Amino acid sequence: MNTLVWLEQFRGVARAISWEALGAARHLGGKVVAAILGSGVEKVAQEAIARGADTVYLADDPTLAAYRTDPYVATLKSIVAQAKPDAFLIGATARGRDLAAALAAELDTGLAADCLDLSVDGSGALHATRPVYAGNLLATITFSEKRPQMATLRARAFPAAEADANRPSEIVRVPAALPEDQIGVKVLEFQAEEGKVSLADARIVVSGGRAVRGPEGFALVRELAEVLGGALGASRAAVDAGWIPYAYQVGQTGRTVRPDLYIACGISGAVQHLAGMGSAKVIVAINKDADAPIFKVAKYGIVGDIFEVVPALTAEFKKRLGK
Amino acid sequence: MALNIVVCIKQVPDTAELPKIDPAKAMAGDEGVTRVVNPWDEYALEEALRLKEKHGGKVTVLTMGPERAVEALRKAASMGADDAILLDDPAFAGSDAGATAYILAGAIRKLGVYDLILCGKQSVDGDSGQVAPGIARHLHVPQLTFVAKIRALDPTARNITVERLLEEGREVTLAPLPALLSVVKEINEPRYPAFLLIRKAAKLQPPVWGIKELGLDPARVGRQGSATRWSDLRKPPARATQCEIIQGATAAEKAAKLADRLLAEKVI
Ligand SMILES: Cc1cc2nc3c(=O)[nH]c(=O)nc-3n(C[C@H](O)[C@H](O)[C@H](O)COP(=O)(O)OP(=O)(O)OC[C@H]3O[C@@H](n4cnc5c(N)ncnc54)[C@H](O)[C@@H]3O)c2cc1C
Ligand SMILES: Nc1ncnc2c1ncn2[C@@H]1O[C@H](COP(=O)(O)O)[C@@H](O)[C@H]1O
Repeated sequence: MNTLVWLEQFRGVARAISWEALGAARHLGGKVVAAILGSGVEKVAQEAIARGADTVYLADDPTLAAYRTDPYVATLKSIVAQAKPDAFLIGATARGRDLAAALAAELDTGLAADCLDLSVDGSGALHATRPVYAGNLLATITFSEKRPQMATLRARAFPAAEADANRPSEIVRVPAALPEDQIGVKVLEFQAEEGKVSLADARIVVSGGRAVRGPEGFALVRELAEVLGGALGASRAAVDAGWIPYAYQVGQTGRTVRPDLYIACGISGAVQHLAGMGSAKVIVAINKDADAPIFKVAKYGIVGDIFEVVPALTAEFKKRLGK
Repeated sequence: MALNIVVCIKQVPDTAELPKIDPAKAMAGDEGVTRVVNPWDEYALEEALRLKEKHGGKVTVLTMGPERAVEALRKAASMGADDAILLDDPAFAGSDAGATAYILAGAIRKLGVYDLILCGKQSVDGDSGQVAPGIARHLHVPQLTFVAKIRALDPTARNITVERLLEEGREVTLAPLPALLSVVKEINEPRYPAFLLIRKAAKLQPPVWGIKELGLDPARVGRQGSATRWSDLRKPPARATQCEIIQGATAAEKAAKLADRLLAEKVI
């Protein structure tokens, strides 16, 4: 088995999912090869070595500073031609899904999207488990004889690769495959959402629904999220009401999260919402209606008014966590 | 300059019925539930109609699917799409996302002139988000995925500026036309079918293009032409949780009890 992993970075820092993908590759066994593209990203290559990659392909070039499909596809295509991987793993982030789908078409090979589990059989064939029908069913994906067998991996579904200093390893420098004047797409600006925990990577998510009744209600929910060091989320009803931007929406038409703890504040638990958070390890529901469907998936519930319960929880955790 | 816009729409199970889907039926290819236009594809169509209203031109919808997928095209026509084509052939059955992209790209190539191709971010059944980038690759046009807003479209300079929704924030990106966009929900609010169009749309009999009309390689479509295969469709393991309702006289008392439980669970 020879597995290639794309290490996604943003402004020179590897995303958590990159190390999860590297962990998944090590778990498959055999040779682990990583590819890092960017500008000034040598230290990510070093970290990949420290976390157990056998070979790291490093393409460090100004044209690769921000992710763009064409130069990334072209450069990774040349890395695939050199490394000849049996499997190619990529994090199922926005960029990762954009890249993996384009590469699969370019390499004329198969791709399983958003996988939750991977295994390999004796012949080197990959078996990938992925959610379909918005998470209501699981499917096993197998591949034809085409290589590499590609998969994008859902965040927080695979343990991150731990440090392993005992492996001989090498960094192979490769050039960027496209000069700037052959790249039609230009990134004009980036509006970062400052100071927020990324929903996809969050260990704890606290979400508010229609019950918050307005932006002020979200302040209470946000305060609880902050005390817990978690990310803020929302139901579609709250987003549609204009109380919070779409980027926070959890669910089938929003983001999928997989935290250890999900606290739903005044959310009824519609199937479309469950599609985005149903695989959280522990779900807590706070709702004044004891019959709300959210209690069917929750491990702990409080029947009560969020305007009383949420501030009480914030105060309690402030005390417990010494904040 | 008038725009030629192509929108790829897929007919999928109604999201409210997804939990009812029986794995065996889905595996056999018919989920036996109500079908609708994939939610994100309605956003794509709405955006196409708005661009047409602004710049003039024509909106063509394509769907690959069995005969019943005509209903999705009728819905699109009732919203205002000008032309609709069904891509249907027994040879297409069992196509995975890669093969589907190859077929849709073949149909767009046959249409000949296009400035913009619009797709949804993903389908609610396949969930892959793979078809749109695949089409872009086959047609050698730039792909702009996860588009939350079209900031500007300049028909003379022939370029488009969009905002893409990524994990860390919004990226503002410029691409030359023709380009392919996949859209997220935030981009607009789809219109309801127009009363005057509903009756006409109900009678729509779209042309059907198959492998011959498209001149495609039979080895690259359908089950045989797919590089991935689904098997062992199953329900996810049921959550073995019985909800414990935390009791207490006051909110503070309930909060303290819940904190005990969550600290014991080691999730905080
Ligand atoms: C195609 C499609 C896609 C969709 N995608 C998504 C998606 O991605 N994400 C999503 O979330 N939804 C999605 N939905 C919408 C979904 O069906 C629900 O409408 C939505 O999730 C409801 O949001 P809610 O739970 O906040 O509101 P409601 O269903 O109105 O629930 C509010 C809850 O708050 C409780 N409540 C009210 N006041 C208080 C109070 N003071 N204290 C405590 N509890 C209180 C009520 O008892 C109720 O249970 C989608 C729908 C469709 C058709
Ligand atoms: N069979 C199909 N016919 C037309 N468009 C499709 C089809 N399948 C997928 N698409 C388009 O590709 C997008 C992404 O779908 P998917 O890759 O299946 O998640 C959808 O939102 C549609 O715009």
